[in-house]
Amino acid sequence: MQYALLIYSEPGEPEDLDAVVAAYNEFTSNVQSEGIMVAGEAPHPVETATTVRVRDGAATHTDGPFAETKEVFGGFYIVDVPDLDAAIAVAERLPGSWWGSVEVRPILDFNQAQ
Amino acid sequence: MSQASAALETVFRLEHGRVLATLIRQVGDIDLAEDSLSEAMAVALTAWESGIPENPGAWLTTTARRKAIDRLRRAVNYTSKQAELMHLAQLEQDENSPEEEELAVIDDQLRLMFTCCHPSLSQDVQVALTLKTLGGLSTQEIGRAFLVPETTMAQRIVRAKKKIRTANIPYRVPAESELAGRLSAVLQVIYLIFNEGYLSATGDHHLRRELSTEALRLGRLLTSLMPSQTEAAGLVALMSFHLARFDARTDEDGLAVLLEDQNRSLWDHETIREADRLLTNTLEAGGSGPYVLQAAIAGVHATSPNFDETGWEEIAFLYTQLHALQPSPVIALNKAIATAFSTSAQAGLSEMDVLSEALARYPHFHAARAKLLDQLGRGEEARQAIGAALDLTLNAADRAHLEAELRMLEN
Repeated sequence: MQYALLIYSEPGEPEDLDAVVAAYNEFTSNVQSEGIMVAGEAPHPVETATTVRVRDGAATHTDGPFAETKEVFGGFYIVDVPDLDAAIAVAERLPGSWWGSVEVRPILDFNQAQ
Repeated sequence: MSQASAALETVFRLEHGRVLATLIRQVGDIDLAEDSLSEAMAVALTAWESGIPENPGAWLTTTARRKAIDRLRRAVNYTSKQAELMHLAQLEQDENSPEEEELAVIDDQLRLMFTCCHPSLSQDVQVALTLKTLGGLSTQEIGRAFLVPETTMAQRIVRAKKKIRTANIPYRVPAESELAGRLSAVLQVIYLIFNEGYLSATGDHHLRRELSTEALRLGRLLTSLMPSQTEAAGLVALMSFHLARFDARTDEDGLAVLLEDQNRSLWDHETIREADRLLTNTLEAGGSGPYVLQAAIAGVHATSPNFDETGWEEIAFLYTQLHALQPSPVIALNKAIATAFSTSAQAGLSEMDVLSEALARYPHFHAARAKLLDQLGRGEEARQAIGAALDLTLNAADRAHLEAELRMLEN
């Protein structure tokens, strides 16, 4: 079963960028070698975001992220593990959960959606 | 209700959690298991007219399993999920021997308990699911107990079951490495259910007592399944000591009676002896966690012949231990009260004075302080303290108590 691990953290460059990058590299290579990583990407900083809404056929484009919250979306992994407990265990190893937070969401399987 | 249907009702209620726990493992889905069990119970209503079978749980499990197979067969089509097909194939295989089933039933109930109390579900949801599945309470009863409209409670339960299914919350007992944390969530839910019955000032008496009794039943089930877990045993002893005093805590008008004024002959002394044995065994097994300590405190109260002869020194010691595990000003206040009885009013008051900032808005703090000030002959300060307690108390019964004390001080 696939789960998205959505990383949220406060915007801005971390003080110890090298350590953060090293922690992420280690996590990525671990989940790759465990054979549970499906995908993982990170967007450019939140200043580059545009939010799109279409209402009654008309689109509005807004500068910035969806909601003005302190923590913003900073990247994601998709992992393939047996159940939620296993996905939560991976999320706890994800560096983003050590200072920001990681939202764990099951991935909808369109082939089997009811 | 006829006698026969009352007997059925009792059997259904007793077997509900056991049977459902096994069905959920077998059919892999809470809703399907619940629907199949309801069908099986409907069949039982007529099938058992001539008498209840020797092992009603096994009868219900087998019948419900067949109903689940029928339902799954009807539902199987090209959109079927792999998981459904797998469960159908497993269900259609030969049944296990009764001995194997009996062993599995124990694990199943633990699985269900841990799934209902999974940390990815909010605590109010954990409570509702536990009562619904293991307790066999209706959505209406659970709503009434927690003062939530039935429709709201129904939605809460539906959402929880959907999350369990969609997010694939596993149906298993946690591994040793995570057991401590997960077990404490289960104990917390059980104690919450108990206190909802024991402490809530509202709701009808019968339902409240039933909630507390149900919590005790769940706790006993947990200790029978995990006998080496001392905190679970501690919680059972704690709830038993409390429950033994249930009826003595209110007078004919339903008003609260303080511990010192309770008629101790109304306490259930058989339950107290049983709880005391369990506590002794648990302490001998090395139990020293928060529930064990709270049980030990409740035990000292429950086994004292009267209020004045209470083992206050022991209580003060136990509160000190508890405070070391769970530092809180309220626990420190209880320790100070025990000190006042075991040592002197002055010693208790000194311990309380340290808490005056942290507990400034806690009426019991001011009420307890007033008593000690009065004993020390500091009447004016005592009256002020009662006044402070009154300013913070809304509950009519508590106000009446405080006002009576104030009148006594003024005379």
